[in-house]
Amino acid sequence: MLTIKILGSGCQNCKRLEQEVRDALTDSPITYEIIKVTDYADIAVYGIMSTPGLVMNETVVSFGRIPKRQQILNWVNEYQS
Amino acid sequence: MRLNSMLPANHSDRRAFLMVAVVAVVWWIAYNNLQPLADGLTYGLLGLSPQTPLGTALNFFVYDVPKLLLLLGGMIFIITVLQTFVDTHRVRALVEKRGEGVGNVMASMFGALTPFCSCSSVPLFIGFVQAGIPLGITFSFLITSPIMNEVAFVMLWGLFGWEIAVLYLISGVTIGVVAGLVLGRLKLERYVEPFVYEVKSKGNAPAMAGEKLSWTERFERGAEGAREIIGKVWLFVIIGIAIGAFIHGFVPEDALTGIMGEGAWWSVPISVLLGIPLYSNAAGVIPIVSALLDKGAALGTALAFMMSVVALSLPEMIILRRILKPQLIAIFVAVVAVSITLTGYLFNLITGFV
Repeated sequence: MLTIKILGSGCQNCKRLEQEVRDALTDSPITYEIIKVTDYADIAVYGIMSTPGLVMNETVVSFGRIPKRQQILNWVNEYQS
Repeated sequence: MRLNSMLPANHSDRRAFLMVAVVAVVWWIAYNNLQPLADGLTYGLLGLSPQTPLGTALNFFVYDVPKLLLLLGGMIFIITVLQTFVDTHRVRALVEKRGEGVGNVMASMFGALTPFCSCSSVPLFIGFVQAGIPLGITFSFLITSPIMNEVAFVMLWGLFGWEIAVLYLISGVTIGVVAGLVLGRLKLERYVEPFVYEVKSKGNAPAMAGEKLSWTERFERGAEGAREIIGKVWLFVIIGIAIGAFIHGFVPEDALTGIMGEGAWWSVPISVLLGIPLYSNAAGVIPIVSALLDKGAALGTALAFMMSVVALSLPEMIILRRILKPQLIAIFVAVVAVSITLTGYLFNLITGFV
């Protein structure tokens, strides 16, 4: 089970990141859940200074930009185990 | 930085450089042929006279719209590529070592360089405070960041010339430094929401800092940034220039000298006050400001108005409310408004002498 967190207060880029993750995983057989973290205090815990942030199983994999679909899939493969 | 890390490393990087070069040449040719094209269209094809208001307004419009969109595309590409070299965590580490003064200058310059997104200003604020950076220095960043955004810079460059753009950059950074120093002296820590001081970060994010990017990736991000910003602002540019073109063609010369000219001292604070509730992006407001200037408004008054519109806005205050108590937001607005007003007077004074 892969836990994916989207860190961001709900701005445009956070929504785009979430969509990108969902699109990347449409054909994927793995089980996952997506949690949106919108509270600034909770976001700050991850130590990022620009949003949106992407977290997989509690590891920050990117922040401040929207990664490409292929890149997201690579991380998914890396962290799902 | 070692030299060989600056050079294209592999085959795909070389291809990216080639592509950028080709696009740059096409861009250059297009950019330098806009005036004849605009003249041909308005005065030739449509047969309008340059002496009529409609003729000048339309010519102004069909020249300025493609010019600004081209300029925005090209410059945002360059700025975004430059930004891929800036790393928030590394900058924080640099600022952390400096005290008041140098720290304010660095934070303010950093604020000018980073892309501003008001939703990112809160995590950045928390990140700075967590690192023990004084509040005043953090404010220097927070103030300069929205005043000095890349769209404002490029629009000023395109409509007023590079001198004004650079002057604006310098004054934006100065406002951040001065206002940050003042706010730092006021001992306002008690007006920051307590959770900012309590939160403990455990993430691996700082360790990720300094990721190595290839030139291909940097160029890709540049192109992405340019596309994204053009997609966001093109409509504002067109509307702004349309209003500007109308003023340019139909409002009589010197119509504004009396109310917005250098002689009218009260016009600077009024422009700033007027700008606070107004919220627009720089793309829409700068063409209008440019047209006002042609009609006798003073440069300082016009720039003060513009800064106030982009730097102080209701949506930003609502976001800041999450980390700052209302008293501090009020002080923040007051200090920034006064700084902008003084800058407006300064510009008017300088242009009054030239």
